[in-house]
Amino acid sequence: MTAGNGRRDGSPYAPHTDADEAAMLDAVGVESAESLFDIPEDVRFDGEFGIDATDERDLRESIANLFARNEELTEFLGRGHHAHYVPALVDDLSRRSEFLTSYTQYQPEIAQGFLQALFEYQSMLVELTGLPVANCSMYDAATALAEAALLANRLRRGASGHRVLVPEHLQEGRLGVLENYLDGADMEIGNYPMDDGAVDLDALSDLVDDETVMVYAESPTVRGVIEENLSEIGDLAHENDALFCLGSDVVALALLEEPASVGADVVVGEADALGLGTSYGMGLGIFATREKFLRQVPGRLVGASEDAEDMRAFTLTLQTREQHIRKERATSNICTNQAWVALRTAMHIAWLGPDRLVNLATRAVTDARDLAARLDDISGLQAPVYDRHHFREFVVHTDQPAPAIANDLAGRGFAVHTLDDHHLQVCITDVNADAADRLVAAFEEVA
Amino acid sequence: MNFDQARFSRDDHYEPLLSEKDSTTVEVDDDGVLPDDLTRDELTLPGLSEPQLARHYTRLSQMNYSVELGPYPLGSCTMKYNPSFTEDVAADPNAAVHPDRSDRTIQGTLGLLHDLQEQLAEIGGMDAVTLQPPAGAAGEFTGILIAKAYHEARGDDRSEIIIPASAHGTNFASAALAGYDVVELPSDEDGRVDIEALDAAISEETAALMLTNPNTLGLFERDILEISEMVHDAGGLLYYDGANFNALLGRARPGDMGFDIMHYNVHKTFATPHGGGGPGAGPVGVVEELAEYLPSPMVQETAAGYELTEPESSIGKVHGFGGNWLVLVKAYAYIARLGDSGLSDASAKAVLNANYLASQLDLEVPYGPFHHEFAATSGDRDAADVAKRMLDYGVHPPTTKWPELVSQAMLTEPTEVEDKASLDDLAHAFNAAYADSDEALETAPTKTSARRIDQVSAARNPRLSWQALGDDE
Repeated sequence: MTAGNGRRDGSPYAPHTDADEAAMLDAVGVESAESLFDIPEDVRFDGEFGIDATDERDLRESIANLFARNEELTEFLGRGHHAHYVPALVDDLSRRSEFLTSYTQYQPEIAQGFLQALFEYQSMLVELTGLPVANCSMYDAATALAEAALLANRLRRGASGHRVLVPEHLQEGRLGVLENYLDGADMEIGNYPMDDGAVDLDALSDLVDDETVMVYAESPTVRGVIEENLSEIGDLAHENDALFCLGSDVVALALLEEPASVGADVVVGEADALGLGTSYGMGLGIFATREKFLRQVPGRLVGASEDAEDMRAFTLTLQTREQHIRKERATSNICTNQAWVALRTAMHIAWLGPDRLVNLATRAVTDARDLAARLDDISGLQAPVYDRHHFREFVVHTDQPAPAIANDLAGRGFAVHTLDDHHLQVCITDVNADAADRLVAAFEEVA
Repeated sequence: MNFDQARFSRDDHYEPLLSEKDSTTVEVDDDGVLPDDLTRDELTLPGLSEPQLARHYTRLSQMNYSVELGPYPLGSCTMKYNPSFTEDVAADPNAAVHPDRSDRTIQGTLGLLHDLQEQLAEIGGMDAVTLQPPAGAAGEFTGILIAKAYHEARGDDRSEIIIPASAHGTNFASAALAGYDVVELPSDEDGRVDIEALDAAISEETAALMLTNPNTLGLFERDILEISEMVHDAGGLLYYDGANFNALLGRARPGDMGFDIMHYNVHKTFATPHGGGGPGAGPVGVVEELAEYLPSPMVQETAAGYELTEPESSIGKVHGFGGNWLVLVKAYAYIARLGDSGLSDASAKAVLNANYLASQLDLEVPYGPFHHEFAATSGDRDAADVAKRMLDYGVHPPTTKWPELVSQAMLTEPTEVEDKASLDDLAHAFNAAYADSDEALETAPTKTSARRIDQVSAARNPRLSWQALGDDE
């Protein structure tokens, strides 16, 4: 096979001609590139990885064949990773190499385009949350939640108490990440129970105390329930001098109560529900908070300033919070983030505009309600299990064993979540709504 | 080469914000779908047509420099060309699956992840690899959590992580995040680990030493086996920061140097696009003895196919799901495209390019022999000003004023993708900027979309959203 410039081997992306290489070696004053490696013999590697180089065309075919081994199932899956239709404009423009192949904007004068796009992303999150500060991304909802807990703990430094209260219904990955991030700060996690799928206020009231630094609640919950008592939860937190952290997602925020109006101090959640599509759990973490916590915010912030010609211009700012300057005293260890996903999400939000975004969110309520009602009509199923309003997804009780039903559904081309022996979870969005009739028919056969 | 970056301007600003093009407020009237008290009252966002948006974002893209426009020699950042075909591979609709799918229905996805685990292990000389950490810093944090779990399992509570002063800032922050005290290690006069200082720093409190090799001056830590012995003799572990791994492919492996844990920056070494700051991916490799602590799940090959499994004493989760899938696919495609010979050649050319570029500079490079990157010094010129002036020559400048060991440092990593002509352009930009007048340096840049931006004003008077603009004017 040939590499770049007709050479027989080597990297196709290292474009040196033999003549150039010779001239360069000559300029350096060495015989070969090999002699530039100052590696002691005793740690030299002279083996092989055993990876064969592959022609681009053959490689594309072999990877396509590999992916073709995935079964073609219509997914009614959510639980923290949601897909909505991503318009072609997002793929097309975000893949422009000026965006895709740029680095973090450490030289802002030559990176105004990306900085402005991230500033616009932050602004959209400010509008959706009602909170005045939004950073330009965390890895995902799980790490954003963990960072919120650490922020809450820093505010309480020196005072007693390092407990974070989280709901009994919490996506496994979010709980797991939270445990790992809190371990190093000697913080602990307390669970509060749910009542019919929503926060059990009485139980929470008993649990929250002066040891509590943060109360976390979600709307919608991981099981799709829209929380009805957010203000009361916020009050409980604030009465005990704890922060109220609300978990949501970028679509739900367009419809549900504005977080700032229910007393949220920090909003976390997933923004990748717009702009990214199904991507095996890859995320975009929202992080928004109040002005007074600005200097405790993790991650990068884009701000407006002026250039030497007094024109408005954008730059990364307040970087003294960050690891490359503050090292072990930084607000977070995050460096590389999810900037390109934030760009895509901003493009998707802009493409929808406020009308279509609100409609998309409204449909998440009505489609879930309609599908649950149709499943409830099927003998052997009860849906939704919780007598609550739902967003996108809901839990279904099955008289027959749930794993067997899920298995039978997979045989008919559908994927749903199995929660336990008699509970499934089903998620509907604009991406799979066209298949709802077929899903109902399949349930009728297998339930 | 002459360069003028695109510049769309109007009145006192460049391309208007989306909110300045349109701001539409809609009543959130959900027709009684939900009770009133569960919904917000209104929502204000731009309401623009697709053609308007296409133009907006295309203009913004033209006001952004990228590796496909020219050299991007940021030290320790490895800004390589990102092969186009990897984007198409990652966009395969058959790969767009949800992470909660049952194992047997996503054998293609799991197969790719399994192969990538194996290949990274082989390339790093490690025994097992997790793909879950979504970035390099997340990989560091994961690795330190593994070290912590290992010590705790032995009933051996240790409180310190030793890190050279010249290390990446994330090392310090990741160690602190995991609850460790950081012991900062000075460099010796050659720019490498000071063995005597290391000896003094190591104690029974040492959980691990984090090292970058070659270090941030591009120097190989020649005493690595001795360092490894010292750390291991004291019961500590050795952690490899993979940010500079592009220098060593096929020539040395962290596992063979005595490292117990390492992370790979696939967005550096394996050419996945940086996307304006991310996403990246920071897989972590460990030696056999530590494999039981890896995050959950791992992909295992069994007689029945690929399965997700939980390591026996797993530290649990470091990402909500499986990490940055799209990035991992692109890394896999890059590795398979290059194979042994291409990977090895990439490092050879990366090292040759750094050495050739340095040989063409009028700036002094105080430490060597270096590999894929070097720290030049701009001497009595301000490195940040020289960097701003370099922008006017149509190239991206290097990392400036870091590492602090070199005064007025310009940490330069051209990577293997530049050819000789491109390196000559880059050298010209360095030398011309370095020789320019004080006035030219102070007023630079003049060819970019925006002129020198006031950082002090941005930080003193934070305006972080379009809602905040005008508040203080």
